[in-house]
Amino acid sequence: MTGSRTVYSRGRPILEGLRYRGREGMWAWLLHRTTGLGILLFLLLHIFDIFLVAFGPEVFNDLLFIYSAWWARVLEVFLLFGVLFHALNGARLIIQDFWPSLWRYERQMILAEAIIFVPLFLWGTYVFLQPLFGE
Amino acid sequence: MMRDGAIRAFQGRRGRPPSGNFELYSWFFMRISGVVLLGLAVFHLFWMHMVIGVENIDFDVIVQRWSNPLWRLYDLFLLAFALAHGMNGLRIVVDDYVHRPGWAAAVKSVLFIIFVLFLGMGAYIIFTFPLTAAGAALR
Repeated sequence: MTGSRTVYSRGRPILEGLRYRGREGMWAWLLHRTTGLGILLFLLLHIFDIFLVAFGPEVFNDLLFIYSAWWARVLEVFLLFGVLFHALNGARLIIQDFWPSLWRYERQMILAEAIIFVPLFLWGTYVFLQPLFGE
Repeated sequence: MMRDGAIRAFQGRRGRPPSGNFELYSWFFMRISGVVLLGLAVFHLFWMHMVIGVENIDFDVIVQRWSNPLWRLYDLFLLAFALAHGMNGLRIVVDDYVHRPGWAAAVKSVLFIIFVLFLGMGAYIIFTFPLTAAGAALR
């Protein structure tokens, strides 16, 4: 029960965490945490910008330039990466929690996760960035 | 039993049993809301970015969208689940890195205020936005 996956758990300094080489499970954990925090940051911004519709069309439409800038398109790809990874990895964690025998196949499940993730992410990136190169 | 299974899974994940009922329910909530968001949030991203297109979103698009009460309900669920899931996740991160009980309590109090504030802002606009396009044009 207390295998390698508990080593990278709670209450360790960040530097010690970075020295720890836990391979796939550790990277999945680190990405799950960072993408989660990133999505939360965007969610707060997003609640705020939608709240601005309360001030009428002028205020709201004037502020939309923020989202139509080219660098917003790039950040959008980051958001796609975060949501897609966090969703797939979270689904894997839930599946492993409910069928604990799958824990020993963690590597394979992370591999399967990557195989689902990559084409969806590439397709989404293509759709998101297309307007930058079109016309 | 379901509860025993949840406690076992919790222990497997964190390396210790849950310290109380709240922690166990919080753990369980992350799984339930995670499954809900897997549908709501991913579809929201797909719909707004792939089908509508971010470059097309403006005030009128929101007027149209919220002229249907089902979209308002959808957005309300998305708001509540996403914000609760995200802020609870941040609370767990705070537990990992803030070790002094006083500081942890202070930081978590701030998180709770942010949670209530943003939930209020989001719910306010979902409920009070004019019901029809005509109503919005009058503003």
